[in-house]
Amino acid sequence: MTSTMTSTMTSTRSPGRLELCGVGKRYGKVAAVDDVSIRIAPGEFLTLLGASGSGKTTTLKIIAGFVEPDSGEVRLHDRAITRLPAHRRDIGVVFQNYALFPHLTAAENIAFPLRARGVAKGARLDRVEAALATVHLEGMGDRYPRQLSGGQQQRVALARAIVFEPQVLLMDEPMGALDKKLREALQLEIMRIHRELGITICYVTHDQEEALVMSDRIAIYDHGRIKQVGTAQELYERPESVFVAQFMGESNVFHGTFDGTGRVARVVAPDLPPIAVAPDGSRRPGNGTSAAVIVRPERIRLTRDEPAGDPGPGPGGNVLTGVVQDVIYLGSGRRYLVALPDGSLRQARVGAAEADAGLGRGDAVRLTWECADAVVLEAPAPGREVTS
Amino acid sequence: MRRIPWKGGLRSAVALIAVFLLLPTLVVIPLSFTEGSLLRWPPRGFSLRWYETLLADPAWRDATLKSLEVALWTALAATAIGTTTALGLTRGRFRGRQLISSLSLSPIVVPTVITAIGTYFVFVRLGIVGTTAGLVLAHTVLALPLVIVSVTNSLRSFDRNLELAALSLGAGPVSTFFRITLPLVAPGVAASALFAFITSWDEIVVALFVTDPVVRTLPVVIFNQLRSGVDPTVAAAATLLVLVTVTALGVALAARRGLKT
Repeated sequence: MTSTMTSTMTSTRSPGRLELCGVGKRYGKVAAVDDVSIRIAPGEFLTLLGASGSGKTTTLKIIAGFVEPDSGEVRLHDRAITRLPAHRRDIGVVFQNYALFPHLTAAENIAFPLRARGVAKGARLDRVEAALATVHLEGMGDRYPRQLSGGQQQRVALARAIVFEPQVLLMDEPMGALDKKLREALQLEIMRIHRELGITICYVTHDQEEALVMSDRIAIYDHGRIKQVGTAQELYERPESVFVAQFMGESNVFHGTFDGTGRVARVVAPDLPPIAVAPDGSRRPGNGTSAAVIVRPERIRLTRDEPAGDPGPGPGGNVLTGVVQDVIYLGSGRRYLVALPDGSLRQARVGAAEADAGLGRGDAVRLTWECADAVVLEAPAPGREVTS
Repeated sequence: MRRIPWKGGLRSAVALIAVFLLLPTLVVIPLSFTEGSLLRWPPRGFSLRWYETLLADPAWRDATLKSLEVALWTALAATAIGTTTALGLTRGRFRGRQLISSLSLSPIVVPTVITAIGTYFVFVRLGIVGTTAGLVLAHTVLALPLVIVSVTNSLRSFDRNLELAALSLGAGPVSTFFRITLPLVAPGVAASALFAFITSWDEIVVALFVTDPVVRTLPVVIFNQLRSGVDPTVAAAATLLVLVTVTALGVALAARRGLKT
């Protein structure tokens, strides 16, 4: 083993357990953050995902200590840090615009938190070198920020935020200003650093794909509130609200009235045949309440609507008929837009591996899915739903 | 770039205005090198004798040194007070911020002679007419708005995230100010110090009111000389005034440019 391989950073500290309890922050009449409670386990990578203005960045600022919440508490390892000033929190922050100090070199930027902590010069130089190695910027320490590319600046910002081994690392859309290629490379790098240092990370982004790639868990924000927290798979397969379903990937949403009286529970939507559903025990809508059925496009099987020769659906299956409006070739498959009798336009997705049925615009088709493949939720009808 | 048809005309107009503004100043400079003992155009011959007088005559020499002293103290005081005021006005969130902002800029708006009369009456009460400290105080009031405006601009264009970053990295507010904020707004602060220096250096109105025959600045002596026997020393003194002002202005502009890059 060579000496350069041992020179990267290794963390000796235990990663932080971070907890928000009922945190709220209002700006005038607008609640930027509204009763947010969340736990981030030691070493976890949690992403706050939401549209701009949904409160995710304010949440991050509250954790960092830049903004004081009106209510609630922030805890780090069971210790309330809500009123602790930012410089005593021991939390690293990577900013969207990097916030590198322009009058200091890369090495001086990285040494800044060590100097603030009174680390002796010798140890400081070693740790700066190690941090530069961790972000693959060996030998760039003497450059000023303006002499570095966007990606390199971001790495310096990252090195500066981890060199003092904070208990928690916060990242506020750190890739917002980078192009797609660079973003993907840095995503992998951040994941590697997360793995190697075992640090607790709270990451803010509006990029759904980025959240899916990097996170252990994702918290979805809307209007200052967390709508749902879970792994990417949980959020995708068991959304607890129509908002989450529509935020995470494509979905077909059928609104109707829930009828659980028969052998098979159904949702009755206007101008469509009743849709058989398999409600989740804990989230079963009440009889007669308005409900939404969420069907992912890739769960729908698309066949030509031929009067003869089709066996029809099984007991738990659904069939809707419609007319193909558009076929979009995606490379990895095809997306079909199908007009239904109720006038709505629905999506079905067929993977490239499946045989191309040769369906085209104007063809009459059947959309078939098993009721177990759909999610049914109690949900207000779309007209009454509060949307942004 | 497209050629604007009236560009030539614009150029000549600008040149004319520049000549109009600068000519009176520029005429004085050759006069200061005259051999003759009369302040008359055209100057005769070339000599440095009036500069000798300027340095040798105690009245002129003392006034020059006093002007420098007052201008330096004014620059220091106005920069310290103005920078902290600008910080408070840009960063603070308190009632009456707008009022304080307007009040601190009022010396620009109020005619100088009004300020001078007011200052004089107050200084008589305090018994500080004719003192260096009094003059510094009066000039500091005049220079403050320039410093506040200049530093406020620097602070407005300053990225607040840099301060938040420093805090998150463990530096306290004081350490953050001296290691991040101040170095980055330093060019703006330096420029405003030079503006404050110039303000005091060539100030005459307030100085006339609050100086006495013992504590006199260069502009006051020039003014008094013009009313009694005029000799070309006045031109030499005026040239010195212009030279120092132009130098300070050049440095200030260079500092500002340094801030932008």
